[in-house]
Amino acid sequence: MARTGSAGRVRQAATPAEPGRLDAVPEPERYVPTAQEYRAFYRLMLLIRRFEEKAGQLYGMGFIGGFCHLYIGQEAVVTGLQAALRPGLDSVVTGYRDHGHLLACGVPAHAVMAELTGRAAGVAKGKGGSMHMFSVPHRFYGGHGIVGAQVPIGAGLAFAHKYREDGGLALVYFGDGAANQGQVYETFNMAELWKLPVVFVIENNQYAMGTSVNRASAEDQLYRRGESFRIEGLQVDGMDVLAVRGAATVATDWVRSGRGPILLEMKTYRYRGHSMSDPAKYRSREEVSAVREHQDPIDRAARELVELGFATEDELKAIDREVRAEVAAAADFAEQAPEPDLAELFTDVTASGTPWT
Amino acid sequence: MDVRLPALSPTMEVGTLARWLVKPGDRVRSGQPIAEVETDKATIELEAEADGVVEALLVPEGTEGLPVGTVIARLAGVDDGFAPAPSAAPGVAARAAPATAQPVPPRAAEGPGPTRRQSVREALRDAMAEEMRRDERVFVMGEEVAHYQGAYKVTQGLLAEFGEKRVVDTPITEYGFAGLGVGAAFGGLRPIVEFMTMNFAMQAIDHIVNSAAKTRYMSGGQLACPIVFRGPNGAAARVAAQHSQNFAAWYAHVPGLVVIAPYDAADAKGLLKAAIRSDDPVVFLENELLYGRTFEVPQGEHLVPIGRARIHRPGHDVTLVSYSIGVDVALEAADALAADGISAEVLDLRTLRPLDEAAILESLARTHRMVVVEEGWPRCSVAAEVMAVAMEKGFDELDAPVRRVTDADVPLPYAANLERAALVKPADVVAAVKAIL
Ligand SMILES: Cc1ncc(C[n+]2csc(CCOP(=O)(O)OP(=O)(O)O)c2C)c(N)n1
Ligand SMILES: [Mg+2]
Repeated sequence: MARTGSAGRVRQAATPAEPGRLDAVPEPERYVPTAQEYRAFYRLMLLIRRFEEKAGQLYGMGFIGGFCHLYIGQEAVVTGLQAALRPGLDSVVTGYRDHGHLLACGVPAHAVMAELTGRAAGVAKGKGGSMHMFSVPHRFYGGHGIVGAQVPIGAGLAFAHKYREDGGLALVYFGDGAANQGQVYETFNMAELWKLPVVFVIENNQYAMGTSVNRASAEDQLYRRGESFRIEGLQVDGMDVLAVRGAATVATDWVRSGRGPILLEMKTYRYRGHSMSDPAKYRSREEVSAVREHQDPIDRAARELVELGFATEDELKAIDREVRAEVAAAADFAEQAPEPDLAELFTDVTASGTPWT
Repeated sequence: MDVRLPALSPTMEVGTLARWLVKPGDRVRSGQPIAEVETDKATIELEAEADGVVEALLVPEGTEGLPVGTVIARLAGVDDGFAPAPSAAPGVAARAAPATAQPVPPRAAEGPGPTRRQSVREALRDAMAEEMRRDERVFVMGEEVAHYQGAYKVTQGLLAEFGEKRVVDTPITEYGFAGLGVGAAFGGLRPIVEFMTMNFAMQAIDHIVNSAAKTRYMSGGQLACPIVFRGPNGAAARVAAQHSQNFAAWYAHVPGLVVIAPYDAADAKGLLKAAIRSDDPVVFLENELLYGRTFEVPQGEHLVPIGRARIHRPGHDVTLVSYSIGVDVALEAADALAADGISAEVLDLRTLRPLDEAAILESLARTHRMVVVEEGWPRCSVAAEVMAVAMEKGFDELDAPVRRVTDADVPLPYAANLERAALVKPADVVAAVKAIL
């Protein structure tokens, strides 16, 4: 695990033997938040965690079906990164482990939960499910179930920003497993060649299903994966929301200044199984509980909020109560909301709304 | 010794003598460039095949439309002891121009008004250029679309008019640029993604199917993917199995996609313009062998509605249903049948998804017999789908079983005789029609 409590960059990607081969990205600073900002980070991380816990329960009760990938443990990554975006302008895209990203983009919890239960009020009218959610008003472009597919799509969103000269950027999230997909490197090449405004974020939660990074990746320092395309990389402690937020500033400044893409490797961890059907045979309980106990991003933020005098224990409890109530309401809504009308089966296939035979 | 205009590409039928690099009386050595020849795809230097002296240049510079095989110069042998090898065709081994080099009789394009003669290639280019002028969001990307002017010259001239921002050369990275195009469409642009040939789009089919076709549905109608994937599809000439395949049935299978496969230049233009304006992802299947063919194209704004078949030739004894280059085969067969007093109607599907079932069934109701002609494999083909429509919805109109005439069910071979045997041809269509009459 990357070192904590500092700027977040563990090592800089570059081959010093060849000066000038990569441009130097400034060393990220650990973000110094206001009390209000830090409390907002804390609240969002907690919302994601409680939401995912509830989703796990609803899955167990049969309200949610199919594949359902929980984000528990990784909350600091999306929380720190999204805070550096300009809502309504910058675009976001990720894979199937997307519930946290939707919440961080500001999609209401009840709309995400209702999508999970397959209801008409879901963010995709119940047609996408856990892995395929979209919210165009929030500039959230999915929710993609094919490992790695979101990477060129994200570069395309960046291409559109550049083409339209609107000053926006695209933030593309993908996993350590996805980082081995060929299309990722096809995309790196074009993104740097065309200086596209895109931040690539590898959420390295150490595992792709049951395969650890070391068992799948010849270069396991994933922040270096852009080197042969001259894409600078930073390795960041993804269990520290302020380290993430600090790196996000560097990355977004870099991209917005027209210098092309940047790659962030977020060292993080998922506590739960890959999906709801995980044999839990590929890692030890001790490994999971050690991360939970010593590196949990939410516990850490809670401690620091109190230490800094940004919140009292009671205030944190109040936030927790509020979040629990929000999630409970979302779950109630998602359980009771009606399923899509059967006529919806044949809508949204094409622009004309009805499928052609 | 005669120097003939050789076929410099598998599909070349005519060429332009752009420039002479030698003059009468010049000594030339074997391998020395003697002329610049422009083909439908490229400008190529023609080399002398043997040492000699230029006796006469028989064709002035700038001569266009020279059929392959035309004698363009005469070389005299040299007296240095090497008699020039007697060769019918110095230069690159020349092929006799294929039969299709003869001009095709013009067929009435849709709608009234003035027309002009244009190649399919030019019609496609004009469609893109017109739509790019009309809509800032439209751009073209693909391998060799800009500086090279298109691997098959379909994007010729676009770079000069629209610049590198809107005519984008990509690395050879089909999966990547198809996905990037989809993202650009999500981001509000209207990409035209050219595949050098559709064979290479197999590397990109994940994005065409999973990302482009399904997103409108998966997003509950929020997110459209207005993109055109286009390129030559089907068998070219002598390029063998990996470069010769018809993917129409693959794409026509997928809900969420529009699939178009035009035959003539007017439809190529009108349908490509409609495809670019469509809010759905479109797979637009062209055909290399048709690129150089000329047809009448209406002048001015010309749009053809997506999803409508077209009767190319009316008839009353049998309906020949086809699309793309298969229409050519069907029309030739119809000519042959006419000589035998059989009147065949030729229905060009033009759009394969949505399929114009009404047009198929209406024609069937007139002729009561149907043969489907497809330049492609028979199994799970577009032909199979058309037959299913006829059976499910037109059964009572049928006086005989529907037949399909397709390519042989084998990877396309290289050897000229085997290739000919594998590809669908008019005689097979004639035989199938006679079998059900
Ligand atoms: C192209 C493709 N291959 C395989 C799968 C099945 N699959 C789904 S998730 C996954 C593991 C991906 O791991 P990683 O990229 O590290 O993301 P994480 O699940 O850890 O967030 C696999 C193999 C898929 N969805 N797409
Ligand atoms: Mg992973």
